[in-house]
Amino acid sequence: MTGTTAMTHPIVLDIEDLVVGLGPKPGGPRVIDGISLRLREAETLCLVGESGSGKSVTSLTVMGLLPKRALVPGGGRVRLVGEEVLQASDRRLRQLRATTMAMIFQEPMTALNPVVPVGRQIDEVLRAHTKLDARERRRRILAMMEQVHLPDVERIFASYPHRLSGGQRQRIMIAMALILEPKLLIADEPTTALDVTTQKQILTLIRELQENQGTAVLFITHDMGVVAEIADRVAVMRHGRLVESGPLDAILREPAQDYTRHLLSAVPSLVPRPPRPDAGAPVVLETTGLGKVYRERSAFGRAREVAAAKDVTLTLRKGRTLGIVGESGSGKSTVARCIVRLVDPSSGAIRVAGDDISGLSRGALRPHRKRIQMIFQDPYRSLNPRLTVGETIAEGPVNFGVAREDALARARELLKLVDLPPDAVTRYPHQFSGGQRQRIAIARALAMEPDVLVADEAVSALDVSVQAQVLALLDEIQQRLGIALLFITHDLRVAAQICDDVVVMQHGRIVEQGPAQEVLTRPRQAYTRQLFEAAPGRDWDFAHFRPVSAAVAS
Amino acid sequence: MFGYLVRRVLAAIPVMGVVAVFVFLLLRLTPGDPAAIIAGDQASPEQLERIRISLGLNEPIYTQFFTWIGKVLRGDLGVSLISQVPVVQMIGQRIEPTVSLALSTIILSIVVAVPLGVIAAWKHGSLVDKGVMSLSVLGFSIPVFVIGYILIQIFAIELKWLPVQGFRSLSRGLWPFFERALLPTLTLSFIYIALIARMTRAAVLDVLGEDYVRTARAKGIAEHAVLLRHALRNAAVPVITVIGTGFALLISGVVVTESVFNLPGIGRLTVDAVLARDYPVIQGMILLTSGLYVLINLLIDVAYTLLDPRIRY
Repeated sequence: MTGTTAMTHPIVLDIEDLVVGLGPKPGGPRVIDGISLRLREAETLCLVGESGSGKSVTSLTVMGLLPKRALVPGGGRVRLVGEEVLQASDRRLRQLRATTMAMIFQEPMTALNPVVPVGRQIDEVLRAHTKLDARERRRRILAMMEQVHLPDVERIFASYPHRLSGGQRQRIMIAMALILEPKLLIADEPTTALDVTTQKQILTLIRELQENQGTAVLFITHDMGVVAEIADRVAVMRHGRLVESGPLDAILREPAQDYTRHLLSAVPSLVPRPPRPDAGAPVVLETTGLGKVYRERSAFGRAREVAAAKDVTLTLRKGRTLGIVGESGSGKSTVARCIVRLVDPSSGAIRVAGDDISGLSRGALRPHRKRIQMIFQDPYRSLNPRLTVGETIAEGPVNFGVAREDALARARELLKLVDLPPDAVTRYPHQFSGGQRQRIAIARALAMEPDVLVADEAVSALDVSVQAQVLALLDEIQQRLGIALLFITHDLRVAAQICDDVVVMQHGRIVEQGPAQEVLTRPRQAYTRQLFEAAPGRDWDFAHFRPVSAAVAS
Repeated sequence: MFGYLVRRVLAAIPVMGVVAVFVFLLLRLTPGDPAAIIAGDQASPEQLERIRISLGLNEPIYTQFFTWIGKVLRGDLGVSLISQVPVVQMIGQRIEPTVSLALSTIILSIVVAVPLGVIAAWKHGSLVDKGVMSLSVLGFSIPVFVIGYILIQIFAIELKWLPVQGFRSLSRGLWPFFERALLPTLTLSFIYIALIARMTRAAVLDVLGEDYVRTARAKGIAEHAVLLRHALRNAAVPVITVIGTGFALLISGVVVTESVFNLPGIGRLTVDAVLARDYPVIQGMILLTSGLYVLINLLIDVAYTLLDPRIRY
């Protein structure tokens, strides 16, 4: 759909000068401060912003799903097909939900009730809003499940959510949201938790259903790539305010505001960074034929075997960064966990600076532990909330016999190294933002003075601008300390910006490996190419406000 | 499901076996000659010898064990030393008051506590919530016998609505049974209502923050359906656990309540047996209660798999 025809469509959602306050008192802090948005039939408006910008609060306000008493609309108007919803009664809001406005959420893993079969969960919508009999409802549900391209609908109808993949669950959510053909679909980061190939399918599906039903889609995302794929118009939010809005092309090519430019510039490019000279540095980490088989014992001893990693051979040299990329279930995290020996490998060898650690007992492993350290994905859960930052950083060295005083002094230095104030040692993790916490996690890992740092999706939970900072920090530390970095990520953009070499994994095996420059620009394997084609917004060179085709031409 | 049940029942056998060995040794490990303990201080040597032979104490210990366990399996738990009545028969005579008290208590507790807990969680932070929470602290802290005597004072002595104590079998009419069962049930229920209401509130409160509850609300279904179908069902596992363990713990609460209301149940049978050192009866009671514990745990585990399809053993 083009911008010009859009203007003739009727307005579905009209948000005018919306204010949402923290707590019931007027005049309190504002989470949403004067947002105005307008969304027409069959149009997709992307609401973009970093965490805390208020984009999710905006959508929950429309649905009337704000946590009661905690967040309270304090002014403005929200009109849904002409009807004011801020003043609507609970009863009226319930009637509007699913029939006129519907919502899908970020986490398909948790958004469905785990103890109710998915067919019945869709059925609830029909039971609440229609007077259809059981047979007709079932027919409608199965038809809708086919529309969202679920296979074997009869079986899935009776399945519990945990039997389905993330993509299938999100399809169920979409089926549930669109079965009554609402005018407005709010999609809150619906593909963020999904693999790129699944993400592409879901985005295509939303597009397809939107064209069939003429739905207006309010699409919330932090991912500029996704924006480029799906948006007709874009609204950028920050700190509860609207920074700017406009048609997709205008926002991507000529952003008027600094913040928008900043946001776009922070998007890592899919074009790999120039390679660092390979000085033939010594090998610090090497795996040969590494494999991990999980055995699942069932009823009467019939064991089911799942090979999470098979025959993984890779080499990492001092001062270099090796990326392992792949989708969920590809075995990339299993490999990382085997290397740090959080799980015991079933076969193969892991050599750290020449010593094979794959078969060492817990005791024998101890001296080698400090040579490999790990940074985890979620800085909100990887730091012990009851320990001060100083204790967290000093704990490892103290375990290895460093005096407490010395370890705490070192913690201060390390905090400076990761750009945090040294007085952070006495504070607790909850006093820091996600990006700061990840810096603390990095400082903690560095305290052990490791040869190898294993980062498992270490920037995936962070906003793009924070992500860029943490990546820059890792790069700087690597140059100063000469640490080797094993970087596990599902994000090809991040991989392109940080890796010297790349390993692509699928189904527990290495599909392709080589220098990042080669693998990421001229992939030889079909699977690697498929990954690339699924990467959202691959046609755009966001940081230079132009399509990639223009960049190639210039 | 059936395979799982079979496996669980099979797994209960070694547990009961260990209990049986313990119960068997109970008598043999008590210091001194069991026969002397049983016979008492004034027994003549002939009496002692007769008791030894009757207990099979002159046989090797493993023979004694297998003889004993063989009898147990045939439903023969021996004869009371005091009354000379078979233990099985004694338990049989005393079990109705206890079972009816336990069952009525657990039913009343669930019926009262679960809705209270759900409402408290739903109206989290409100007066209703605070009221339920304060009541549950009260329910925890007042001893069972105090509650019992207070209730007797009010309803039996002052108001004269209900009999003070005693038990009538259900076979002698519903009302006589009910009017005597009401106060003991209320008394014993207090602490379980407190326990279950608290647990339900905590579990439901936890679940109300889950994404799927938000999804349910986004579907526009009625709030009671959100609470029951989505919140309570997911909160059920911890609640069932508490109900199950609470039921198992009832045994000890029953003892006190039976004393307060003068009910001829197995709680008092046990106390009397312990005081009189009536070993066969004590053995029988230990076997019975541990069997009940095992059974209740089995039921809890089965309930888990029914309530949460993700739980598979």
